[in-house]
Amino acid sequence: MEIKRKNKTQLLSKIATNDRHGENSPYFDGWKAYDNNPFHPTQNPNGVIQMGLAENKLCFDLIKKWIMENPDASICTAGGVDKFKDVAIFQDYHGLKEFREAIAKFMGRVGGNKVTFDASRIVMSSGATGANETIMFCLVNPGDAFLVPSPYYPGKLCRFARDLRWRTGLEIVPVDCKSSNNFRITRAAMEDAYEKAQKWNLNVKGIIIANPSNPLGTTLDIETMRSLVAFVNEKNIHLVCDEIYAATVFDSPRFVSVAEVIQDMDCCNRDLIHIVYSLSKDMGIPGFRVGIVYSFNDDVMLCARKMSSFGLVSSQTQYLLASMLSDDGFVGNFLRESSKRLAKRHYVFTKGLEQVGISCLTSNAGLFFWMDMRLLLKEQSFEGEIELWRVILNEVKLNVSPGSSFQCSEPGWFRVCFANMDDETVEVALNRIRAFVLNRENQESNRSKRCWRKKHLRLSFSSTRLYDETIMSPCMISPHSPLVRAKT
Amino acid sequence: MRLVVPLQGVAQGRGGLLLGSVIPCALFCFLQLYFKRRRSPSDPPPPSTSSSNQPEMTRHSSLSNLLSRGPLRISSLATSIAKPDDSPYYMGLDKASEDPYNRIANPDGVIQLGLSENRLCFDLIEKWTSENLRDWVMGREGGDLSISGIATYQPYDGTMKLKMAMAGFMSRVIGRDVSYEPSQMVLTAGVTPAIETLCFCLADHGNAFLVPTPYYPSFDRDMKWRTGVELIPVHCRSKDDFVLSISVLDQAFNQTRKRETKIRGILLSNPANPVGNLLSREMLEALLKFAEEKNIHIISDEIFAGSIYEEKEFVSIAEVVGSEDVDKNRVHIVYGLSKDLFLPGVRVGMIYSFNENVLAAARKLTRFSSVSAPTQRLLVSMLSDTKFIVEYIQTNKKRIQDMRDLFVAGLEELGIKCTDSRSSLYCWADMRNLIPTYGEKGELELWEKLLNVGKINLTPGSACHCIEPGWFRCCFATLDKEDVHVVMERIRKVVGSRTSCG
Repeated sequence: MEIKRKNKTQLLSKIATNDRHGENSPYFDGWKAYDNNPFHPTQNPNGVIQMGLAENKLCFDLIKKWIMENPDASICTAGGVDKFKDVAIFQDYHGLKEFREAIAKFMGRVGGNKVTFDASRIVMSSGATGANETIMFCLVNPGDAFLVPSPYYPGKLCRFARDLRWRTGLEIVPVDCKSSNNFRITRAAMEDAYEKAQKWNLNVKGIIIANPSNPLGTTLDIETMRSLVAFVNEKNIHLVCDEIYAATVFDSPRFVSVAEVIQDMDCCNRDLIHIVYSLSKDMGIPGFRVGIVYSFNDDVMLCARKMSSFGLVSSQTQYLLASMLSDDGFVGNFLRESSKRLAKRHYVFTKGLEQVGISCLTSNAGLFFWMDMRLLLKEQSFEGEIELWRVILNEVKLNVSPGSSFQCSEPGWFRVCFANMDDETVEVALNRIRAFVLNRENQESNRSKRCWRKKHLRLSFSSTRLYDETIMSPCMISPHSPLVRAKT
Repeated sequence: MRLVVPLQGVAQGRGGLLLGSVIPCALFCFLQLYFKRRRSPSDPPPPSTSSSNQPEMTRHSSLSNLLSRGPLRISSLATSIAKPDDSPYYMGLDKASEDPYNRIANPDGVIQLGLSENRLCFDLIEKWTSENLRDWVMGREGGDLSISGIATYQPYDGTMKLKMAMAGFMSRVIGRDVSYEPSQMVLTAGVTPAIETLCFCLADHGNAFLVPTPYYPSFDRDMKWRTGVELIPVHCRSKDDFVLSISVLDQAFNQTRKRETKIRGILLSNPANPVGNLLSREMLEALLKFAEEKNIHIISDEIFAGSIYEEKEFVSIAEVVGSEDVDKNRVHIVYGLSKDLFLPGVRVGMIYSFNENVLAAARKLTRFSSVSAPTQRLLVSMLSDTKFIVEYIQTNKKRIQDMRDLFVAGLEELGIKCTDSRSSLYCWADMRNLIPTYGEKGELELWEKLLNVGKINLTPGSACHCIEPGWFRCCFATLDKEDVHVVMERIRKVVGSRTSCG
């Protein structure tokens, strides 16, 4: 019986049984907490508010309106049925021509019409998840490495790392970015990471960046982009740009696609440059599963296209989106409205937090902001960060994402998603955070007073035993404690 | 470099060194000279501290670095995949899609008989959708499949509503007393990723699956490409009507074991593709016993299960597993809607497993290939219309039978016999008498002539790993009745009319 049971477990592959999917990480608790007790304004007002999922629900009404006004696009009505036959049987992995053209045009618009994308280079995949994995299958052999500026998106469930690493066997080497310069990607940091990888005998195949960044919500400036392109050209490694939040930019500076940057760089080897795109974030339709791989490298493009058999976009979806994205009036209005609404929501949250002394990284894009909670940590460490996160999750009932889950090198930062809720929920969430922050500060201040009193009493005796007790006291001495001042 | 210089000096100026030292020295010398030539004389050493504040220097050194760093590498996988497909299966498909036959618009185009699609009942589907889905996207407000429901993130392995609808459809299509449990399903964007996902769950890189031949050509791609598994052919022969036997399977298993390759399972197609025969209940039981003895899995690809029209019974492995005292954990079924409902574009496939661990792993993997939400909605509506589905299944089976009878009769008039399989969307034609020389070369010559001269695309047996040359798969369910005689005329033009004895 024992042998049989053992045999049964051995029957599965390593991929099926390893933990590279990341879902066993402790941050899964956040999702569980939300699933078990989801917030609802009337039915469950004390439930957990989901602020850990970067979904864009702000402009859904615009999409709904367009679909209602354009029933033929759905191909299942009397008006659209002529197209039904051609569309329903279409399973060519090149994708519908109208779909590719519409996507290329949309990507160009999102990039400010500074660059034209070639429709024949558009390759489909099943969401950005599929696109990221496909590009890695094309570029890396198992055991190869990619540099990734941190903080980066493994997300709570280590999704990014999972998407890139799980089945491809890729290793990730973080490029550490610091809050002291607003987490900018510097040349020195890239060189450091590259050297580190070499010391570990890893074959670095490329660097993958997200622009706009997840979780930071910032766009890369042109100089940094040029520096990246120069870096990869020097090292002869690939540059993969994940631009899935490109249309969520709501403030200056404007979004600059890597496609635009390389237009002016004659020295750039275009075979190194690849873009991952998706409609899930910009348009808020993750359920449609639309991912795009756009590579300037012909071999990679050919390979990715053949692999798209493993995750083709439903032809019905292709047709619907081709119609929608070809409607110039709709697209223009959508992009304008989306920016406006994101800007407003971002403002409401960040201003609300400022009022209680919580600052956020200045950001101009994304469906989230990067919140600085370092002052609220009981301990300036990742353990302190997790402790704070658990309190926010279990007591404040907000599912936010701790910075350590994004491999941030400094503790105390949290990603907060704001675009997946309505205005009323925003109010509730803000009130909860405000109340929590004030309460925590009070607690800290009370605790430090108690600590000070205790220590003050202890110091009046010179017993060794009491001295030992002081050292082993669980309370943390506040940096403002007179004890500290006395020592220095 | 410093280490190389003295050796270089030794090697260059000397003659008469022992062979054992000359060759490595020569190699060192060659490499050094090679890199020296490639590096420009005025080039500074590779910059480790160059800053992006000096664009000119960066540009110059980046160009020369580019030259000195050797070729740009992509993955080995991409390098092999990016090459054009030289299998006749794919070449034929490409040719037919570049110059597609149309009775009116392009009567000299290539007739596609290499794609096992079923267009015979498409009119019924068109009619249903135009009458029933005026508001398919909008639906009722609220719930999983309202408009706000479908745009948002869905469970990656498919909604429960669709799984329930698929379970009902499968039971009807197979027409026997088998019920399918929705919680044991994982939905994927087509059957292609379903098979690949199962491979990822069941096998590691370098492991193998036994596959009876002839088999579906795309298995080589779908199962091997990214998973790194091997497919070991188990050859079935015409003397056995291409039916699998346990002894042949056992032989293949033992031979593979000798090579120290770990076998993880058997991949069956039932109904078989390209032959079209069915596995009997007894054979399925024997296969289950074999799998248990060898401690391996069985994957049963039942994608053509709904195409059976004869009274002859199709037995799903799910039925055998349900009734016998067998270890269910090693049985996995793959199914999809592309053949039975002819909606290949919408991409719906399924893994059906009795193994909770496999299901758990597969659910996580489907994030890379999940079904589009609007499509799920469309299909839930369609599959839940019982009256339509029952009528569709009956009509479909009748039309497949009629078309097959017509096509097979036409081939017989040309002296070409087909195996006696009463199922599926294709027939397995014996053209051994018609190939110029007995062998794969002769078979491919005939295939090429049929494609380029006759302008019809058939699938040669060699593309399916058939061990006997001269067999061809002909898919007839993409034709209209009026086109059948056009096909026969074109075949006649190429091969002439021979009796079955000649």
